[in-house]
Amino acid sequence: MKEPLIFDLSSPGRRACSLPAFDAPAKPLAELVPQECLRQHDAELPEVSEMDVVRHVTRLSQLNFSVDTHFYPLGSCTMKYNPKINDQIASLPGFARLHPYQPASTTQGVLAAFELLEQTLCAITGMDEFTLQPAAGAHGELTGLLLIRAYHTARGNPRSKVIVPDSAHGTNPSSAHLAGYHVVTVPSNKQGEVDIEKFRAALDEEVAAVMLTNPSTHGVFETNILEIAAMAHKAGALLYYDGANLNALIGLARPGDMGFDVVHLNVHKTFSTPHGGGGPGAGPVGVKKALEPFLPTPRIAHSAADGTFSWNYDRPKTIGKMRSFYGNTGILIRALTYILAHGVEGLHRVSEVAIINANYIKAKLKDLYDDPFPQACMHEIVFSGKRQKKQGSSARDIAKRLLDFGFHAPTIYFPMTVPEALMIEPTETESRETLDRFIAAMRQIAGEITQNADSLHNAPFTMPVTRVDEVKAARELDVNFVKRNA
Amino acid sequence: MDYIPNTDADLSAMLREIGVASFDELVAAIPASLRKFKMELPAAMSEPELQRELGAMAARNKPLDALTSFLGAGAYEHFIPSAIDALVSRGELYTAYTPYQAEASQGTLQLLYEYQSLICRLTGMDISNASLYDGGSAVGESVYLALNAQPKRSRIVISNALHPEYRQILRTYTAGMEVEIVELPTRDGVTDLNTLAAAVNENTAAVLLQSPNFFGCIEPMLRAGELTKPKGAWFVAVVNPLSLGALRPPGEYGADLAVGEGQPLGIPVGYGGPYVGFLTSSKQLVHKVSGRIVGRSVDTEGREAFCLTLQAREQHIRREKATSNICTNQSLMALRACIFLALMGKRGIRKIAELNLRRSHQAADAICRVPGFALKFPRAPFFNEFIVTCPAPAQTVCDRLERNGILAGVPLSRFYAGMERDLLVCVTETKSTADIERLVESLSRAASQKV
Repeated sequence: MKEPLIFDLSSPGRRACSLPAFDAPAKPLAELVPQECLRQHDAELPEVSEMDVVRHVTRLSQLNFSVDTHFYPLGSCTMKYNPKINDQIASLPGFARLHPYQPASTTQGVLAAFELLEQTLCAITGMDEFTLQPAAGAHGELTGLLLIRAYHTARGNPRSKVIVPDSAHGTNPSSAHLAGYHVVTVPSNKQGEVDIEKFRAALDEEVAAVMLTNPSTHGVFETNILEIAAMAHKAGALLYYDGANLNALIGLARPGDMGFDVVHLNVHKTFSTPHGGGGPGAGPVGVKKALEPFLPTPRIAHSAADGTFSWNYDRPKTIGKMRSFYGNTGILIRALTYILAHGVEGLHRVSEVAIINANYIKAKLKDLYDDPFPQACMHEIVFSGKRQKKQGSSARDIAKRLLDFGFHAPTIYFPMTVPEALMIEPTETESRETLDRFIAAMRQIAGEITQNADSLHNAPFTMPVTRVDEVKAARELDVNFVKRNA
Repeated sequence: MDYIPNTDADLSAMLREIGVASFDELVAAIPASLRKFKMELPAAMSEPELQRELGAMAARNKPLDALTSFLGAGAYEHFIPSAIDALVSRGELYTAYTPYQAEASQGTLQLLYEYQSLICRLTGMDISNASLYDGGSAVGESVYLALNAQPKRSRIVISNALHPEYRQILRTYTAGMEVEIVELPTRDGVTDLNTLAAAVNENTAAVLLQSPNFFGCIEPMLRAGELTKPKGAWFVAVVNPLSLGALRPPGEYGADLAVGEGQPLGIPVGYGGPYVGFLTSSKQLVHKVSGRIVGRSVDTEGREAFCLTLQAREQHIRREKATSNICTNQSLMALRACIFLALMGKRGIRKIAELNLRRSHQAADAICRVPGFALKFPRAPFFNEFIVTCPAPAQTVCDRLERNGILAGVPLSRFYAGMERDLLVCVTETKSTADIERLVESLSRAASQKV
């Protein structure tokens, strides 16, 4: 049965919350605040009981796929298991019940945790300094590009261009544009790597930065990375690392050693913080020494004299602030917990198993799905559904049909460089048995397409709803419930 | 400790199926020089060790439970109904991702649609997105929208009473753009409207006013909007959503955009995050709004169903032409706000807002009866924050009260020159008459101490 909207559950006079009574003499509100500043009509919020809300949200939750309930191989999103200890630690009152403007004398523990997290992120990435302020990956990108802009500006010319490969996440060109740069797109070669000759041709004195994801969104390692770094640096450009795919390299190789000057990390990917149905995440940004003066304010200061921590706002060259206060503390504490659980060996095993799991899927499916890049993949595999498309079923059909088998769909139609892309990222936290079931489902779907491609057009068949009409959603826009249609 | 189910035996068998002799064969593409590094990390910890070590770290902080706090200034201690934590702890909600596959994400989608609708009802605006990072970045995004939608206009007018951190974010966000930011002075705690009228011209893309502003004062929003509109600029209201239970909502004074910090709606102060930024607009601007938006539609059988909509605005489609780069947002925090508003309901939201108004006025009256303390802006109306001018430097007063476990407020000298004696005090519904009496007694004692 369809769960009604919360507004449909409303009944006049019903309530869910009790609030304290005001126990002092109460003046009329208009004596406190002028009448014209006061709300004249109550906000039409629903009137429901607490149990109404609890059942409503619980029932709705049951309509979702999630990591806790389903294999979720959404490529480039690293939907790994979210350890429960992380949540427990982050919700300790000593972390969750702190006001951001409390005096530092009352927040030494959280400041120590932040410093430790910065240090561990430096060790993992090979960078010199980190800021924890950005709230998500794209926010980290914008931070990184503004740092690069400040760096070049301090040297006399902000420069005007940013080079981005055609396989880049959409956030890369978008962030570069917001930082005031013209975006130059460089094509990939047949191996799915940056076309080095086209790259050379695009590189000039006006290039402020080269943004790369490594492994790229094609799931392959940029074998020319050291050469690319040398070329970029020779032209005076900085190298930017999109950390969305760090899960492939953690403990295995470090962006800092490859020559990257600025990196952002997605802790909700690599460091297991829950994705929350679309956030919150956190997007710490690491830099090499030369960019440190520009990092957002404030920075943690650790007194050599007495060992105490404080916030340092005296940062004359800072780019400023990217968000209020210090960052998504609750998420950062989860990431720290995850890192401390693993240690060096544990983190190395993360990338190793993530890579083996992805190659296992590749080996077991490459006879049925086109594999555009035949070399070993890293932590994710990008297939093309070209063959299936010719037979009459699209990547979307395959994705929707997978839901019927109890698997979340891969990322589809991205990267845009691969037609009918199916981007599968199993992560290290899935067992061989789960992968085998997924492989069996993909093989069965390929068989179904060969026999009757049309049958997939109406998939999924077992979800709470059948395919949702996205065209109608955009044309007859209803994004705010006003009243029930008759 | 790791979270990997596959054993060495599993992995060996898998490597055989892949057709390689070892893992190293799979990563042969990585130059050997890059594999030689030493990663200095603390030794791996078991779960009990994590509980002990990180528990000890948490214990080095003094949470609000151990203090009586009158801190606000952009992060507010409010009542959080227990049902919120219980519900957002459901793995189906917090371990899902952005609902790209609508059919497997109807729970998240319907809840975000309800969030959008509840925020619209609270603000009186027509359109809400499904969340931004926080109040400060919502201010930054609103300016991106205004500049992008009106490419011939490059002036942004703000007030000196906009949260200092939001002002800084705005300047940082626009560092790569051709933009002129004009900052207006205040008079008696509110933005000087004469200077507003003079600053708004044909080149002005937007006027941003925060109400209640950083000083706690309620701005003359209706008049400010009237002064902005004739020149064709957008009027952007930066509001505290909880205050709208009692205060006139932006939809009633003609705001083009209303944005702000959603933290007061059921989100812990959490040392500054994660919070949630909300961004709402008038109907006309729906195609300009940034961030995810959930729409109500139907499935192939005509049943009500939800999906992400207007995705053509977003970075994954438009790349460098997108208005915003936002991808991951703050969905789970939007869900907290959604549940908070549903639990409060029509009466509760008014009641909690009125309690804030009454408690803060009760406290302000009591503090002003202490010799030497006075309201800085006695003529400006306020909601749950106000500035008290102290007989001694505000920082000194705070230091003295901290020894008694009271955080008296935020000294404004860190943000404004010439405000050494000014203290921003916040009193929400979490404070009782007894708490206020304790604050007043302590202030009175602090004032009588020799400096």
